[in-house]
Amino acid sequence: MQAAVQAHQLAKRYGAVEAVRGIDLDVAPGEAFGFLGPNGAGKSTTLAMLTTLTAPSAGSARVGGYDVVNERDAVRRHIGLVFQETTLDGYLSAEQNLRFHAELHGLSKVAVAGRMRSLMQTMGLWERRGALVRTYSGGMKRRLEIVRALLHAPRVLFLDEPTLGLDPQARAAIWAHLRTLREREQVTVFMTTHYLDEAECCDRIAIVDDGRIVVEGAPHALKTQIGHDRIRLSTVDDGVARSALKARFGLDAKPEDDGLVFAVQDGEHFVPRLCTGLGVPIRRVSVDRPTLDDVFLAHTGTTLRDAQASAHERARSAPMGRPR
Amino acid sequence: MTAIDLVAARHRPRPRPRPALPRGDLRAVKIVWQRELMRAARDKPRLLTALLQPLLYLFVLGAGMATMTVGGGDALRTFMFPGVVLMAVLFTSFSSAGSLVWDREFGFMREMLVAPVSRGAILLGKALGGASAGTVQGAIVLAVGIAAGVPCRLASLPALLAEIYVAAFGVTALGLLLAVRIRAMPSFVGMVQLLLMPLYFLSGALFPLSGLPPWLAWATRLNPLTYAVDPLRRTLLGDTLQVAGIQWHGWTVPVLLEVALVAAFGGAALALAARRFDRDDS
Repeated sequence: MQAAVQAHQLAKRYGAVEAVRGIDLDVAPGEAFGFLGPNGAGKSTTLAMLTTLTAPSAGSARVGGYDVVNERDAVRRHIGLVFQETTLDGYLSAEQNLRFHAELHGLSKVAVAGRMRSLMQTMGLWERRGALVRTYSGGMKRRLEIVRALLHAPRVLFLDEPTLGLDPQARAAIWAHLRTLREREQVTVFMTTHYLDEAECCDRIAIVDDGRIVVEGAPHALKTQIGHDRIRLSTVDDGVARSALKARFGLDAKPEDDGLVFAVQDGEHFVPRLCTGLGVPIRRVSVDRPTLDDVFLAHTGTTLRDAQASAHERARSAPMGRPR
Repeated sequence: MTAIDLVAARHRPRPRPRPALPRGDLRAVKIVWQRELMRAARDKPRLLTALLQPLLYLFVLGAGMATMTVGGGDALRTFMFPGVVLMAVLFTSFSSAGSLVWDREFGFMREMLVAPVSRGAILLGKALGGASAGTVQGAIVLAVGIAAGVPCRLASLPALLAEIYVAAFGVTALGLLLAVRIRAMPSFVGMVQLLLMPLYFLSGALFPLSGLPPWLAWATRLNPLTYAVDPLRRTLLGDTLQVAGIQWHGWTVPVLLEVALVAAFGGAALALAARRFDRDDS
């Protein structure tokens, strides 16, 4: 079956800066695909190329079956876009914003009316359709942008950091709505994010760092690949426990503030063996499954949080920021 | 049908009700134009400023200057009136063109840029929108002036409105040519300030152009606004006042040619703006 999004060695260079260094993608129709990485990793630039907003410096990409360079208008007709920053006209009502979009996309007036109503009802915006958008909250604006992006029944919905800057409640609401709409519309979702929990909601993610995809797969599979759970152990004598772990289980434990930390294949099955075989009375034991941050760490050598922090650092030291 | 079939059916290229692009572009022009008008109508402070400023020129500056002339106070005010109408047009149409910069700053531009329509269509919609907003504003000032006693024949109204529309189109197109290159609203406002006054003073809006020193006379003949004011004056006051009209080496330029010049200027500015806009990477 034809891929919804396909890229081959896609790259973008701004002067001396290589924002994207050759990305390969293959997203199946109906899939929810996440692009996870810190700011400045090249996520937004990749999105801009896939959505025809900026031309690639090298490589090629097809979206919805159309080439992003040679069949620009066809691509545009078959994608929906929600940008990081709001792109609504605050001085028009929600309904007027949607009508504007419908006209630009050449949709039939009759079809639009029904579709507008059902999408707005799903998103809980129907009652406020006549209000000026500037009176909307951040979460409502984002929901309206999703409605707008789906109005012309696109094949692929692109979301650039869809819940950036929203409070947890609004984020949860957006996610619930997106899930409903995804099923109903059978649309492929392609999103960028630097939130781990947001990436968890995707069928498949690609972790990007420094303009490259470092690893790609289902969140669960990626975490399983890490191959180990993290065990935190606190005993009456951590020193003795540490040598016992080495001697009896062949494990290297690292002392931390309130106990020992070490990694094992299957934590849940290891705990019973640990309790009977350690020989030192245990006070507390906990098993942490790997998170996507562990996956990120394993493939990039730094945690997402640290990468994010150093990206902020870079942004501060470079007054003009990254070219967009 | 299986689930796979359903998905496959969805992703087969669907027949589209709009095969020809021009029709889509036409709808784009229309909706962009409508949005400009909606926004202009909603922007009450701008409406008011655009109305007050010309009236200030007419009733304060005009009345003040009239005290310096012997006998012809009313005549001076009447002479200035077309220039005052143009002032309203300038103000409104330039602000309307500025909405392009505003759209860019507040993100709405992206909504237009990712639509499957040509960028020229977007600019044309903006130009027609700014022209319409300017015409409405000019017409309001015209109505106020007529109510205040500026002589005007009813029969010349359609011609006047057409002339105002063409003038507003030219001004908006010039504004758009500036706006496509500018990224921040304050820079646009500064740019307009820089241009507005020289263009206005050199257009014959406030004083007759006959008898100016040669270099000034040249400047006025090169100013497109000159050919926007003169038709208004000749149509409005042709019967009552001695109006010479713009002359090229002693040849009086016909009103129709003047209007055509302004329209051509607007068209050229718009084409140039569209070219720049097209090369723009979001």
